[in-house]
Amino acid sequence: MSFHVRVNDRSHDDEPRAGQCLRTYLRERGWFGVKKGCDAGDCGACTVHVDGEPVHSCLYPAVRAEGRAVTTVEGLASPDGELHPVQRKFLDAQGYQCGFCTAGFLMTTVALEAERGSAHDDGKLDDLPRAFKGNICRCTGYRAIEDAVQGVRHTERPCAGKAVGKNVAAPAGPQVVTGTARYTFDVEVPGLLHMKLLRSPHPHARIVAVDTAAALRVPGVHAVLTHEDAPPTLYSSARHEHPTEDPDDTRVLDSVVRYVGQRVAAVVADSEQAAEEGCRRIEVTYEQLPYVTDPEAAMLPGAPQLHGDKGPEARIARAENNVAGEVHGEIGDVETGFAEADVVYEETFRTQRVQHASLETHGCVAYFEPKEDGTGERLTVRSSTQTPFLTRRALCALYGLPEDEVRVVAGRVGGGFGGKQEMLTEDIVTLAALKLRRPVKLEYTRAEQFHGATTRHPFTIGITVGARADGTLTAVRMRVVSNTGAYGNHGPAVMFHSVGESFAVYRAPNKKVDAYSVYTNAVPAGAFRGYGLGQVTFAVESAMDEVARRLGMDPLVFREKNVIGPGEPMHSPIGEEEDLFIASYGLDQCLSVARRAIAEAASGEDTSADEVPEGWLVGQGTGMAMIATGPPGGHYADARVSLLPDGTYDVAVGTAEFGNGTTTVHQQITAGALGTTEDRVAVRQSDTDVVRHDTGAFGSAGTVVAGKAVLLAAGSLAERLRTLAARHTGVARHLCVLGAEAFDCAGRTVTLKELYEAGHARGAAEELAADGHWGGSPRSVAFNAQWFRVAVDPATGEIRILRSVHAADAGKVMNPMQCRGQVEGGVAQALGATLFENVRIDERGKVTTAAFRRYRLPQYADVPRTEVHFTETSDAIGPLGAKSMSESPFNPVAPALANALRDATGVRFTELPLTRDRVWLALERQARVLGA
Amino acid sequence: MDLNTVTDVRDGRRHEPWRPGDAWLGGGTYLFSEPQPRLRRLVDLSRMGWEPLTRAEDGSLEIAATCTITQLSRYGRTMGVEAAPLFEQCCRAFLASFKIWNMATVGGNLCNGLPAGPMISLTAALDGVCLLRAQDGSVRRAKVVDFVTGAGRKDLAEGELLRSVTLPARALGSRTAFRQASLYGLGRSGALVIGTLDPVDGSLAVTISAATVRPFRLWFPLPPDRDELRRAVEAAVREEDWFDDIHGLPEWRRHMGLRLAEEVRRELTHSLEKSAR
Repeated sequence: MSFHVRVNDRSHDDEPRAGQCLRTYLRERGWFGVKKGCDAGDCGACTVHVDGEPVHSCLYPAVRAEGRAVTTVEGLASPDGELHPVQRKFLDAQGYQCGFCTAGFLMTTVALEAERGSAHDDGKLDDLPRAFKGNICRCTGYRAIEDAVQGVRHTERPCAGKAVGKNVAAPAGPQVVTGTARYTFDVEVPGLLHMKLLRSPHPHARIVAVDTAAALRVPGVHAVLTHEDAPPTLYSSARHEHPTEDPDDTRVLDSVVRYVGQRVAAVVADSEQAAEEGCRRIEVTYEQLPYVTDPEAAMLPGAPQLHGDKGPEARIARAENNVAGEVHGEIGDVETGFAEADVVYEETFRTQRVQHASLETHGCVAYFEPKEDGTGERLTVRSSTQTPFLTRRALCALYGLPEDEVRVVAGRVGGGFGGKQEMLTEDIVTLAALKLRRPVKLEYTRAEQFHGATTRHPFTIGITVGARADGTLTAVRMRVVSNTGAYGNHGPAVMFHSVGESFAVYRAPNKKVDAYSVYTNAVPAGAFRGYGLGQVTFAVESAMDEVARRLGMDPLVFREKNVIGPGEPMHSPIGEEEDLFIASYGLDQCLSVARRAIAEAASGEDTSADEVPEGWLVGQGTGMAMIATGPPGGHYADARVSLLPDGTYDVAVGTAEFGNGTTTVHQQITAGALGTTEDRVAVRQSDTDVVRHDTGAFGSAGTVVAGKAVLLAAGSLAERLRTLAARHTGVARHLCVLGAEAFDCAGRTVTLKELYEAGHARGAAEELAADGHWGGSPRSVAFNAQWFRVAVDPATGEIRILRSVHAADAGKVMNPMQCRGQVEGGVAQALGATLFENVRIDERGKVTTAAFRRYRLPQYADVPRTEVHFTETSDAIGPLGAKSMSESPFNPVAPALANALRDATGVRFTELPLTRDRVWLALERQARVLGA
Repeated sequence: MDLNTVTDVRDGRRHEPWRPGDAWLGGGTYLFSEPQPRLRRLVDLSRMGWEPLTRAEDGSLEIAATCTITQLSRYGRTMGVEAAPLFEQCCRAFLASFKIWNMATVGGNLCNGLPAGPMISLTAALDGVCLLRAQDGSVRRAKVVDFVTGAGRKDLAEGELLRSVTLPARALGSRTAFRQASLYGLGRSGALVIGTLDPVDGSLAVTISAATVRPFRLWFPLPPDRDELRRAVEAAVREEDWFDDIHGLPEWRRHMGLRLAEEVRRELTHSLEKSAR
């Protein structure tokens, strides 16, 4: 039987495999615009048209494409490159961030527009929540997508030197909307081998024996790697500038497995099918060990020890008690403080496991390429990572390689959210590549993202707050237990961060903390947007709201009375952070935004509650948060800005782009410093070849750290070029004015192209580029406040968000359109974690929600529009007055919602998520108690 | 996703011996959504040529197992029967989007037997009867409410094929009421209740699904009052029949099942009282 399919007017005759889906058939033929988000029909990133009908190609049996015409995102634009109107609209509205879901939204929107007015039109285009049921975006919060569909234009083209503060479009936009942006796996590597991982079925077991013989006999299998092939080195999968921040408790492949899903062996084969088959044929003999999944139980004497076999060199605080890290501290005396209080409130708050759910899964491709100096080959690892430089450092340490023999590069990254501040695949892929001297790829499945990657840390926070009748705080005490899972990656650091700014933002004479990061036999937790602050902020902001209510005070007034002011010290019971300053203060403005929203609700100007059905309860609530604008202990960035022969500029930075928009900001900063337009600035990034070092795209550092390095480099280049122009023309330096494309030297125009040539002719090539470096210290703080007005149906537990208002103190906003997108995306992601997202584990610690249909992500229908207000502040430390704004919008959301729910119902909800069944049950129980 | 253990796709029109590791391939939207390591061959039903929707002379509607959700939705929008709105309501009760509707089949949804399967809700409520064909060619019929026996469990033998489901004319002529609850906006059903009021004898059927492990169709010769309905539901649905999974606590599902049943009863009997006046 001969097979034939037309894809974007190109013919393919290769027979598909029997069980192959259309998605992989298309990608194997180079149609990389077709993305794998879930591979299960839930996310829509793989949407294509088959004979004009939109389908999810991951579910479409490839054999059924026989004789049909398939259109992918690459086929939307006309052959001469003229964009489809829908592509144009997504560009104008910037209806994407990382762009991994964009092809799916484009293909779906095109189909909706085609349906409009046809016999089958059922009004979907006017009902986007329903129309986009099958499309998930993790970054934007959907407002930008709605604007794109509706044809709203947000982008602008500022004139030369005026880019900063304007809505400049992301430079990768045209590639994103045409499906030509290259993400991690969108490359063809000749001779590529594929890896699949065998994972542990047991929560805790010693591997007694592994029989690989049958696996090795599978045709196409090249190698089976077990713990016997792995280096004995212990390390952490977490990536930090200083590796000592994390306990060294992990091996590439270990002889002991500590959670269901931990990798046991790796099979490398010609195809994923053969590698999968190889995994099924490996026979492992386990000696099962006692396990513990509850962190409190894990700390009790006699509990099974996860890392009892490790010595002090692993830097585990108390391995015998499963404590990965702990901190205890007190300022003043909390007992005295509570004794002085008129109200003492004590409660325990709990947050659940949450998955980052970046649409691009973890994975990497390792291959060999000739070294530039011609002395043999080096290993290049193309990875979906937020930290190329730190990953190179870790790989070199692990395998004893010099840094010039390893290059780590990230393509465009399909979302991170902290999940990719981790080395989860590069270590084992490098092991295989070095062993086989062949290119090797490992691409996680969506299920593996859930049971074989990391989650947000689940926290239990016991909090006690004391206050006097006049509303003055007397004492705050917290006992924090963070469940780090089977490994300590980010465990102690998240724990420390969680009790830093959350304590410091409130002024109280007495503060005490006992915090523990605890090992359990479950999937490891790791870095996640907010880095622990969100969990503790849920407890603190809920408690402050409750104390105010008990004092009969307006919670906002209570906060205003107790938060630190601009000149005040930031005291946390874990000690001072010497390099942390309030270099700009916008908290008062943030709270004013909430105050205004409350007033509008009271005056009736806010009409959002007018249509609430009878019997529903209405309430409003606020949450706020402070965050340092960068991680402690140094966060380094190098940047180099160069003039190119054609008179445009090249910016080299190390930080990665995953929809955070830092590339745009770096372009804007450079264009501003060099008096040009952003289209004359190109950015190269996230490649260990392009600059000396960069700590990475985490800790919200893309603008304030890497951006500052870019600013320094661009400023320095401007000075150098001016000197060169003066020498070239003989005109006094101060009379040489840099313009968009040329210098005006007292009336004489010297184009940048001419200047470049002159520089080269003079042998002053070095003068045509400049470096910038920033060490990430000192740091400032940013503030956020979230306000919700909600309606609750006590009969069903349904919560409707009537109005959502967010205030963000981002300092000088570099790109309002993008920054608004960061805030909206953060609020949406936090709403997911507040309302329904929940990585559930069973009694043995096995993840039971390993697919998007079991792990609900916020969909179009779930996310309200959030009104975003920026404060008028300018930071004394950040570049051009800017502060970070990527993690922080997440943090105040959960308590704001819980406070609004409390206001509406009288019930204090202490455990997330607030699903309808739980809300109904709590209200039902309250009604029973009140009725009894 | 790729089903890498599958080595062959057979045309369903050929009558070949059924083997262990075989599976019927309908729309593929379930089979291709999860790893299926036990499968070796897919028997493709896409070329069977079955008419998706056939209205018989007696007014009944036969829906082929291979009828897609899109076909059903479009048919329902133009079908001139009293129960027609229920078709679109049940289609929209899918967690899946209209793009999945282009592939997913009515038969596939029934044979998955999941509590939240909206085609189960639809056909159970409209008194549907499954036509089943065994490997030896023998044919039998089973009511939808008897075909689905539990969460993911159904009365289907190895290799047996669901050919179609037929909705009787009398059910199609019923006035219907529809209620759905989910933990999420436009999410998977946690409770789905349908009422049908027979135009001929005024009897009321209330079908509870999604909240329960299987559909429960309660028939009342005369519409019950609020308490009678509640007692009937509580008598029919045992505690363990209220479904417990991640899409809703059983207490909530029970509450919602009872609540929606009452809403449905009220909607249908209210209009009855009005028309009687």
